[in-house]
Amino acid sequence: MPQNILEVDHLKKHFATQKAVDDVSFNIEQGAIFGMLGPNGAGKTTLLRMITGIFFPDSGSIIFEGKKFDPVNDIIRIGYMPEERGLYKKMKIGEQALYLARLKGLGKTEALEKIKYWFRRLEMESWWNKKVQDLSKGMSQKLQFVTTVLHEPHLIILDEPFSGLDPLNANLIKDEIFRLAKNGSTIIFSTHRMEQVEEICNHIVLINKGNKILDGTVKNIKQEFKENLFHIGFENRPDSLENNSIFEVTGEMRQGWVLKIQTGYKPHDVLQYLLSQHHEIISFNEILPSLNDIFIKLVEDTPLARAFQSGPETL
Amino acid sequence: MKKISLIIEREYLSRVKRRSFLITTLVVPLVIVAFYAIIIAVYVGGETSTTYRVAILDEAGLFNGRMEMDKNDRSTYTFIHNETETSFKTKYKNEGFNLFLYIPPFNDSIAPQIRLHSQSAVNLFAKSALEKKINNAIEKKRLIAAKIDPEIYRNIKADIDIENAVDSGKGEKKSIAEVASVISLLGGILIYMILLIYGTMVMRGVMEEKTNRIAEVIVSSAKPFQLMLGKIIGIGAVGLTQFAIWIVVMGLLQFSISLFFPAVFQQMPDPALAGAAAQHVNSGKIAEVIEGIRSLPLTLILFSFIFYFLGGYLLYAALFAAIGSVVSEDQEAQQLLFPVMMPLILGFVIMTKATNDPDSTIAVFGSMFPLTSPIVMMGRVTYGVPWWQLCASMLLLVLTFLFFTWIAAKIYRTGILLYGKKVTWKEMWKWLVRKG
Repeated sequence: MPQNILEVDHLKKHFATQKAVDDVSFNIEQGAIFGMLGPNGAGKTTLLRMITGIFFPDSGSIIFEGKKFDPVNDIIRIGYMPEERGLYKKMKIGEQALYLARLKGLGKTEALEKIKYWFRRLEMESWWNKKVQDLSKGMSQKLQFVTTVLHEPHLIILDEPFSGLDPLNANLIKDEIFRLAKNGSTIIFSTHRMEQVEEICNHIVLINKGNKILDGTVKNIKQEFKENLFHIGFENRPDSLENNSIFEVTGEMRQGWVLKIQTGYKPHDVLQYLLSQHHEIISFNEILPSLNDIFIKLVEDTPLARAFQSGPETL
Repeated sequence: MKKISLIIEREYLSRVKRRSFLITTLVVPLVIVAFYAIIIAVYVGGETSTTYRVAILDEAGLFNGRMEMDKNDRSTYTFIHNETETSFKTKYKNEGFNLFLYIPPFNDSIAPQIRLHSQSAVNLFAKSALEKKINNAIEKKRLIAAKIDPEIYRNIKADIDIENAVDSGKGEKKSIAEVASVISLLGGILIYMILLIYGTMVMRGVMEEKTNRIAEVIVSSAKPFQLMLGKIIGIGAVGLTQFAIWIVVMGLLQFSISLFFPAVFQQMPDPALAGAAAQHVNSGKIAEVIEGIRSLPLTLILFSFIFYFLGGYLLYAALFAAIGSVVSEDQEAQQLLFPVMMPLILGFVIMTKATNDPDSTIAVFGSMFPLTSPIVMMGRVTYGVPWWQLCASMLLLVLTFLFFTWIAAKIYRTGILLYGKKVTWKEMWKWLVRKG
């Protein structure tokens, strides 16, 4: 069983007007891609700022790599890319990367070597003498990513890493995230875009209004929240299907129907029944809820849920 | 410590390498020296470049046909006879004269109507030089009429300056109040400008980091305090560099001027530079000024300047940094700047008073109060300040600077990560008293 790189225990941070983080605990396994989800203003950034030593928690503890988190010395092993990108506009790209790398404790030659490696990797070599103000948003995003991972941190924290990136560059960064995780880095990936998390993360927590409302692997959570819905496709779709003790028809699709299996029955009971009716079945698969659906279910009947129902894009 | 030095290095190099730094650093002394050179050129040129050919019709016999020449006077004087004012008035130009001086016959007791004819208005120097000659001649005539030997009269005439001996225990020192006052004023103005210019630079730097959101990236690598202190020290070093370059460049320029145009400097102390503007500058005065400068406690002044520059800069830079961290727009900054600008301006006002009256209560208070002491003490130190006052002022400055840095760091730490919200004084107070 892999060791936990980070253990957050009953963390609290109250500001004058609100409880930004209210008693949140979770563990992150070494080498995991950990998703931290939640709408804007849920307290994600405050949580991340405590993990990166920018804020001191009001109470609770953070254990990093088996020891109490020491903001001064441990941040060298953490790479943090804040949601709001920040770079010196008038500084040259190369000098900027070098400066940030050296602030993370790299020696000059070592830093130069690593910058050259990453610039070659992400096809940024020609940028060295450009200034940040001459870069497009996507380009500075790539630079920010490079400066975050350059010093080979054990824990990489990415806050909305894909915002502002075109699909091509987003995929490039996504591949790099997978590669870094494969090489042993642990990644915290914070976002309010639920659909991004499903394909990248293996473990997630869901934060809302400063509280953790969900914690687990993506697979387990989906299993937990599944409603035994199946999609069944027919060669010739029957005009109607009778509800019976085995299943209930809950929806209609072009090639078939959406069925909800009644408690006590298994999917093969459905198939057996339908085959005995001489239907020609061409597909049969389980419909798992999306994280977006789960989130809506969890915060049901709040204005937030209604906003998410109309699509997370509007948030 | 390594991180602070990295931050200092960046703050320093990113400014020093900028083109605008090079321009201001080189252009400012050039402008100052050019200004200086123009003043000298006007000053010296006005006297020497215009030489006149003067025709004199001396009907009063004031000069007895003989003009005493000053050594620096290149004009020529020709006495004419057998003419009248009206007849010669139309002719002097054609005979090659620029000026025609007519002295009518006159009674000793009545001031004569002396006229100087010219084609265009005569310059002040030439006019006053002629007036001086005529006055001397008239005085001489009157002395003789009163049966007083002009030689005796010259010995009787008084022209004194008071010399101020300061008995400070370390033997007698001569002090020249005018020189001390000028040096005081210069030192005070310089400190005032340094605090203002470089303080604002710190504030802008902090605002840039905040609005660009770079602060959050940096504070995930270094402590906010390191970032703030690094910026303050880095910009302070930029200021010192700029001053060092200015001093060197101005020194070189003055040296080269005196090398290429030695005449300018030889003529400077020349008594022939008389005239209204040059009243103070005669050879005796120059020597006095130089002696005055030598009599000042130069080491102490220099030491105080450096100390109050550093102390005052660190104190105000911390305040400016705190302001920069809580605002996101220039307009907001202006409002918060007001309480910081007030003691600066107050210090400036007290300093100008202190240069005239260094031991007045307000000057002593101003030189103790840490927010004004860097400026005011420069106005006093040239006159000699009691040691206990100097030490108390410096100690207070250091303590206040430490205290303000501590306060500023607390405000800075929270403010720099707070976006889009206007921060009230009440909130800032909360950040201060909050622990941790």
